[in-house]
Amino acid sequence: MTRLELRQVRKRFGPLEVLAGVSLNVAAGEFVSILGPSGAGKSTLFQLLTGAEKAEGEMLFDGAPLDDHGSRFAFMPQRDALMPWRRILDNATLGLEVQGVPRRAARERVAPLFAEFGLAGFERAWPAELSGGMRQRAALLRTVVQERDMLLLDEPFGALDALTRAAMQRWLEAMWRRHHWTALLITHDVREAVLLSDRIYVFSARPARIVSEIKVPLPRPRTADASVAREAAVLEAGILDTLLGATDPQPSAQRRPKGDDHD
Amino acid sequence: MAVPSIPLSGGDTSGPSPRGGRSAVSSAIARAAPAAVSVGLLFAAWELYARYGGVRPTVLPAPSRVFGQAWENREALMDNAIPTIRATLAGFACSLSAAFLFSALVDFWPSLRRALFPLLIASQTLPLVAIAPLVVLWFGFGLLPKILLVALVTFFPMTVALVEGFGATEKEIGQMLRAMGAGRWRVFWLARLPSALPYFFAGLRISVTYAVVGAIFAEYAGAAKGLGIYMLNAKNNFRPDLVLAAVGVSAALTLVLFGLTVLVQRLAMPWERAAAERGGEGRQ
Repeated sequence: MTRLELRQVRKRFGPLEVLAGVSLNVAAGEFVSILGPSGAGKSTLFQLLTGAEKAEGEMLFDGAPLDDHGSRFAFMPQRDALMPWRRILDNATLGLEVQGVPRRAARERVAPLFAEFGLAGFERAWPAELSGGMRQRAALLRTVVQERDMLLLDEPFGALDALTRAAMQRWLEAMWRRHHWTALLITHDVREAVLLSDRIYVFSARPARIVSEIKVPLPRPRTADASVAREAAVLEAGILDTLLGATDPQPSAQRRPKGDDHD
Repeated sequence: MAVPSIPLSGGDTSGPSPRGGRSAVSSAIARAAPAAVSVGLLFAAWELYARYGGVRPTVLPAPSRVFGQAWENREALMDNAIPTIRATLAGFACSLSAAFLFSALVDFWPSLRRALFPLLIASQTLPLVAIAPLVVLWFGFGLLPKILLVALVTFFPMTVALVEGFGATEKEIGQMLRAMGAGRWRVFWLARLPSALPYFFAGLRISVTYAVVGAIFAEYAGAAKGLGIYMLNAKNNFRPDLVLAAVGVSAALTLVLFGLTVLVQRLAMPWERAAAERGGEGRQ
């Protein structure tokens, strides 16, 4: 069942065209990634979905126009956006608090999840006392407890070091296998997209169009055995080629050898 | 990554940390030592010059004389310090409330900033020497003109600090809160206000020193009692030792207020210390 559907969504900021007609859809329980170069307007798409910006084109959720933005999506911004003045427990309850859940009830709902998110014992810690990976898990915890219809993850691991990022990606995949959230992930990390997604939309450089839509048919977990990892690597290489071809600023000089490679 | 890098059990972090004891005290002494030495040297040089330099004590009294006279006149000094403290605190409280209200309004309606900031900046160019007697002329010798003058010198730095502090809110926190469905007031309360705290305290430390100076200036222009009028009288009686004694009292007062703001900041922002101990490691 299709939950989110975008039809020919366009957005320009003054003379700057950011999105040039983007159509995509996300089904219930599906993990979809938007993969594209930096500055391609991927984050703009999230701003449209969360209602921070208006655009042309149709945005439908469960078949109805998307107008009540707040109630559909739980949004996780690029950096963790934890409030340094709130303890981790109070950061985790933030979304519920905004929804009007009384503080005590919110805490009771959030507290049991700390163990699953690897944060047990850190309920009373300040964000500054946590490592980068833990902060990111706290941010995801804050996002999923809102129990919205869909998760919007905006480059959630972009600010982490490579090793932590790899660990977090595996962890997120494991979490997703258990919960089957409907999720839309923005990333410029090809490996991350292949590891986590059921489908990938590849964006061009600005103004963003969808260059290709790629199904990822690999079995999960995708890090478990070598044959899956090999298939993933092949898929990654193909996507990387598409991406580099689409963003290449001087097609005449450099496109040909790459094209040969691809064939 | 998954291994917690600092051993913490729930609830422990709120209590005072046990390692803050002796080493903190000795390191505080070590940090204060250079200041103590420089102040000591200054006083020693001053003492020597006043004693053996051939200047009359009615021109430049030695520090020993200043301290002696301060002790002898301690009752009069205290008696005059109290109205100054009262004026400082009352004026500062008024100024803080006004600055908070105004900066919040500016945060909600940024066009107010363009309308009123020029006026505020102009208010800062008024020479206190000229304006203080006028304010006393208009509002009499009571508490009101002192409050007004203290507010005049402290309102602007506090307002600027708060407006900048609200503006320093991390963009992504605001974006996330709006996506959660929070309205402007909610965003202000949950994110912009706490984000402004470090700026608020920076402004507070600066303006609390202005506040004492403002109160003394107001008294200098006319008051029944207060350190300002005490200084004026002492000067007119050719008693620079008593002027300096009063200056010493006002300096001590400023230092105490300054120390209080640092203390309040520590209590109000307990996460800052956690951040300092962690030292930014592991973040990004």
